[in-house]
Amino acid sequence: MTEIPVPSPVVVHRRPALSDLLRWLFGAIILFGVGYWLVSSAVDEPERFVQVTVIGLSNGMIFALVALGYTLVYGIIELINFAHGDIFMLGTFQTQSIFTGSFQLPLLFFTISIPLGTAVSVDSSAVEKVYAISMALVLSVAFCLAINVAIERIGYKPLRGQPRLAPLITAIGFSFILQGIGLSWKGGGRVAVPQIVPDTVLIGENGTLLDFGDYPYYTVRDLMVLLITIPVLVALTVLVQRTKPGKAMRATAQDRDAAAMMGISVDRTISFTFALGGAIAGAGGVVYALYVGTTYFQLGFRLGLIAFTAAVLGGIGNLSGAVLGGVLIGLIAAYNDGFGDARWTYTVIFTILILILVFRPSGLLGERTPEGQ
Amino acid sequence: MTSAETTGVRARAGGVLASWERWLPWTLVVVAVSYPFWYDLPPFSYLTLDALGLELDVVIFMVVYVMLALGLNVVVGFAGLLDLGYVAFFALGAYTVGWFASDKFSGIEFSFLSNATEGANGIHLNMWLVLLLGGVVTAIAGVIIGWPTLRLRGDYLAIVTLGFGEIIPDVFRNADKLPVPGGVQGGPPFIDFTNVNLTNGVRGVSGLDRPGFGGNLDSLTGGALPVRFTGIDLKPWYFTIVAMVLITVFVIRRLERSKMGRAWVAVREDEIAASAMGVPLMRTKLWAYGIGATFGGIVGAYYGSFIGSVFPTGFSFAISVIVLVMVVVGGMGNIYGVMLGALVLEYLNFKGLQKIGDGVNNTIDVIGIDQTIDIPKYKTLIFGVLLVVMMLLRPEGLIPSARRKAELHETADFPEPDVYDDLYDVRREGAS
Repeated sequence: MTEIPVPSPVVVHRRPALSDLLRWLFGAIILFGVGYWLVSSAVDEPERFVQVTVIGLSNGMIFALVALGYTLVYGIIELINFAHGDIFMLGTFQTQSIFTGSFQLPLLFFTISIPLGTAVSVDSSAVEKVYAISMALVLSVAFCLAINVAIERIGYKPLRGQPRLAPLITAIGFSFILQGIGLSWKGGGRVAVPQIVPDTVLIGENGTLLDFGDYPYYTVRDLMVLLITIPVLVALTVLVQRTKPGKAMRATAQDRDAAAMMGISVDRTISFTFALGGAIAGAGGVVYALYVGTTYFQLGFRLGLIAFTAAVLGGIGNLSGAVLGGVLIGLIAAYNDGFGDARWTYTVIFTILILILVFRPSGLLGERTPEGQ
Repeated sequence: MTSAETTGVRARAGGVLASWERWLPWTLVVVAVSYPFWYDLPPFSYLTLDALGLELDVVIFMVVYVMLALGLNVVVGFAGLLDLGYVAFFALGAYTVGWFASDKFSGIEFSFLSNATEGANGIHLNMWLVLLLGGVVTAIAGVIIGWPTLRLRGDYLAIVTLGFGEIIPDVFRNADKLPVPGGVQGGPPFIDFTNVNLTNGVRGVSGLDRPGFGGNLDSLTGGALPVRFTGIDLKPWYFTIVAMVLITVFVIRRLERSKMGRAWVAVREDEIAASAMGVPLMRTKLWAYGIGATFGGIVGAYYGSFIGSVFPTGFSFAISVIVLVMVVVGGMGNIYGVMLGALVLEYLNFKGLQKIGDGVNNTIDVIGIDQTIDIPKYKTLIFGVLLVVMMLLRPEGLIPSARRKAELHETADFPEPDVYDDLYDVRREGAS
């Protein structure tokens, strides 16, 4: 988000304190270590390195989509929307429903099915597949958008002006509620999504020009992630940077009272932000369902945390930061899975979260905030 | 109660204590302590066993959570530091028992005043010492975690603690092969790592020691103070945890009214003002965090010993959240509210929802609907609804602390306080 430069407080130039020097030294050692490790892995096994990078980029794009929702909401009302990851989870569930034949409304003890999808499999015709995917994109996005807006209206709006703990706890409550809805909707086990997009290798197949070895490099499925993610990101950027509602959002994020004085309806703008966040989560759900092919009701919690880490890494409140953070986290996770020890990937990601918050709370692209002094 | 304390209460409450306020706590203590003697006798057992299903083991789990909630209340309720990773200390306390009072490290044969069999493998310290050691280990961990992170405020602190709450069980799960720097090697990365088995990974550590008393006390009291607590007679377990909670309540009530307690409130209300008044921020917060961690660790050690084994899966984020919900629903900052919240919610969590579900299913069976509803399955959903409804309708909790209540409803007394804030934006100034 573009920011109007705020007059910076007077900075007294002084010698860097010992703790700052230690901090830089620490950062330099870690960066050198990671860099050395990556370069040596790349030299040892270049084919695998490329493949792992592709996986990391695709995963990272999904993380980025979810991270955008966190960062949008945090940017505007400074709330960590814990329910966001679970909305993404419901998006994957909705996609699964549509791919198996119907749009569903989960109402706890029973589910209303509306035959708006079509049962598809990898053998279905291209028309059917395109129809199913576009239905999933439209309906799953609308579904997540509606839930997110409803949550904001019911839960967060009445608590505006309360101590910040109150909406945060409400958000945790909604996260639990959505998990419960997911559990009653599709049960507690893993939910398999019909695989539509074939795993056909596009680039790097043996015998072709870009044949690097035994590893399949770039599949249709990876391409699919980009085909959906890039337009979503472009649309979001245009919306935020070039349209009136986007301008209202940026204004509200900077100074809610001043925005209200300029005639911006703050309530509507906040609802709009939640709608946008929900929509991106829905799109993310479709992409995840297409790419990974299985989901479960607690998916939103862990993936939400990872996405939140991505948002913090990029600088929370900053849209390009969320994308950058998502891709970086995706790459880090993939490199650790591929060349390190996959068992430690979560630990690595959360360690990054802690290190970032402790040493550079503003993230890579963000501004300093009072919370992260 | 000493007279000084009574006057303190009077001064705080702004009036003379009602008579029920004086005798109620003591009555509750008597009821709690004597519970094992009357809960299974006919007139009472209709309520305690038949209606509520409050077996002694259920009550022990409830009291364990009371102590956890009391510990977290120091951090969240008193000092206002939102901790979403409290389970880390609970887990660490339980693993302390695994390390120092079981045959985990079978290569070592060390025993100190322990009731474990002579010449048993592994480290066996006296269990009472291990309970305290659990507190010491977590206090140290609390300071190590708190030192770099407590500079952060609000949401950021919540996220960092959440990160730790996720990392620590993850480390326990993976630490059957914990890479430890074991030496120096010639080429990069220069450090030679060896894998150490610290926690047995997902298999967990089992066969943890149980507390007990010396043989003399056992024979003198006719088995009332047994050499080793058993899984059959739960009374000693029950009295132990109740005594732990009573000590905790005593300590926390004292702390609340000490200089440190007032400093916590000051930090919670306004960090910058507190700092300007000479309250050392970091030290105050670290104390709150460390004390909260200590109680969590002690009760974690007790829990580990009671269960007899520790598994990394037993310490998920859900526990952090449930304990936080107990604190919030009960009434943040109010010891009695927090205890009530913990009792009610852990009862629902452990037994109540199952009981309610059975009741519902029996009723609909009688009506003639041939279906069963699995209510405990919707535990998370029910807790979520509870949280949201509570926050919307009664954010100050069941038994609110007077100060919190005033805070949450202050807009009624001072219209539009935001206007004053914005004239001089303290937060932005503080950022410089």
